[in-house]
Amino acid sequence: MTIKVIQPGLATTIQDLGRPGYYHLGIPLSGGMDRLALRSANMLVGNDEGAAVLEAVFMGPELEFTQDATVAVTGADMPIKLDGELRDGWTSFKVKKGQILSFDYLKTGARIYIAVSGGIDVPLALGSRSTYAIGAFGGLNGRPIQAGDELPVGKASGAKEGRSVAENMRRKPGATAELRALPGLYWHRITEQSGKNFFDDTWKVAPEADRMGYRFRGGRSLEFVDREPPFGAGSDPSNIVDGCYPYGSIQVPGGTEPIVLHRDAVSGGGYFMVGTVISADMDLIGQLQPHTSAKFIKVDMEGALKARHDRQALLDRIRASLA
Amino acid sequence: MGARYTFGGDEHIFVEVENEMSLSAFFKSLSITNAVRDSKITGVTEICPANASFQIKFNPDQIASDDLMAELKRLEAQAGDGTDGSLKTRIIEIPVYYQDPWTHETLMRFRERHQDPKATDIEYAARINDFKTVEEFIEAHSGSPWFVSMVGFVAGLPFLYQMVERQRQIQVPKYLRPRTDTPKLTVGYGGCFSCIYSVRGAGGYQMFGVTPMPIYDPTQKTSYLKDFMCLFRPGDIVKWKPINREQYDQALADVEANRFEPVIRDVDFSLADFQKGIPAYNRKLLEVLK
Repeated sequence: MTIKVIQPGLATTIQDLGRPGYYHLGIPLSGGMDRLALRSANMLVGNDEGAAVLEAVFMGPELEFTQDATVAVTGADMPIKLDGELRDGWTSFKVKKGQILSFDYLKTGARIYIAVSGGIDVPLALGSRSTYAIGAFGGLNGRPIQAGDELPVGKASGAKEGRSVAENMRRKPGATAELRALPGLYWHRITEQSGKNFFDDTWKVAPEADRMGYRFRGGRSLEFVDREPPFGAGSDPSNIVDGCYPYGSIQVPGGTEPIVLHRDAVSGGGYFMVGTVISADMDLIGQLQPHTSAKFIKVDMEGALKARHDRQALLDRIRASLA
Repeated sequence: MGARYTFGGDEHIFVEVENEMSLSAFFKSLSITNAVRDSKITGVTEICPANASFQIKFNPDQIASDDLMAELKRLEAQAGDGTDGSLKTRIIEIPVYYQDPWTHETLMRFRERHQDPKATDIEYAARINDFKTVEEFIEAHSGSPWFVSMVGFVAGLPFLYQMVERQRQIQVPKYLRPRTDTPKLTVGYGGCFSCIYSVRGAGGYQMFGVTPMPIYDPTQKTSYLKDFMCLFRPGDIVKWKPINREQYDQALADVEANRFEPVIRDVDFSLADFQKGIPAYNRKLLEVLK
């Protein structure tokens, strides 16, 4: 079966859990920005956790189903409508042939995940169905979906309607998002006072926030420790000899506006980084809207690993509740 | 001085071999990352060599971060100082149409973001590197071979480091503010690195020209990109070949008919021999292209 795209939304892409193994050639992981929401949506409709789904940002698509299916929408809080009637988020529901799925305005969060029983069945590209739009491959023809597209859907395993992830297992960003970060990388390039300011200040998500990275504004500029520029680094104090960028790494070009790289990260470049947002908080970034307040919270490796294990325990609880 | 090790969150180890660029730092990064690949360490998911540093991504549920750190330090000690580096690699000839109309049109659109709005990028680069004419500058840029010292930023983009003595290295700052547009296959320059933009998009490197030769093809229809969509690997050697408009148009027609044959030859490189006499070594290296 296929799903017909009537309206595509803003930048709706096909995503799964991504394609590891090619970062050394500049090809990033890609995949859903909020992986817990993506996995949950798949579990709700009886798919493998890593099946391909639609990720829509800020604005939902309008989709027509050409056959019966089971659908679940997770992630941001955006009213879900089936032929104009409201449906619950984080809950599986039946869709009949010819029915139209659409969405109202976004309330909180940033990205929804639309899973369909059987999964979106575009061809694998380097082992993944995720769209990598900058490199023009993956997903459907290497681009966000467009009006008139027909999205192929795989064979469903017969999922039930009315399965739900309990409210207390859905994480939502608070009024001020707290992003835990491990200082490191080129942390020594800034003064002790600037390092303190970085974690003390409240930042705001800038409009330049997408799958490649999130930019933040509003905190004090960083001051650098004096140096002779190393050969090949460039003359700006925020320059380094071009190196690799970790996922979640926080670069601060010119010392002014931090950028946290996300799933479609550029794999390297010539800006220093003060540290890295821990793996447990990457999903949360994917749910931040521009102008949201955010603070970076300093953690050590022990704290990062504890947060990681808490996150895995939450995923296990969701799995157990839907088994 | 030993390398500097630091964690990039709970899933990466970042190793700065040297804080400045040099061929020996690059060779050390390459040899350690090769050793990491050969070691097949459980839990390692990405092995990324860069110009003078490298990065390992790992799954901390499969290997403790401190254990991996210790293992990398052991492999570094084993790799030595990198100066005895020998490498079986390829030399690839890349035709370049310097001062082409397309990068010229683009650079004119972004003059207010440039250090010298009255000159073109290549005129500026020639002047600040003490070349009397742009022609002399092109001769210097295309005369000696280059190492692909990193692949990345975006898919398949090579960073290239010129195989000449440090005092002969060209250095050019990046644009004051990055452009929002760069033509696909632009030959660029920033810091001490040349590059080829694999896709159209934003960029901060100075623009010198354009190559007709595809280096990235996600459709994998290009004859020499059938096996993999990216042409370059770290450790490849590149030689620029200046071409004129007529040659550019011919090459482009060949690319479009999918009959373009790139000049790629296998070579053995020895860093020790190279450092004994760079000009003579390069002359010998480039003979295989004739």
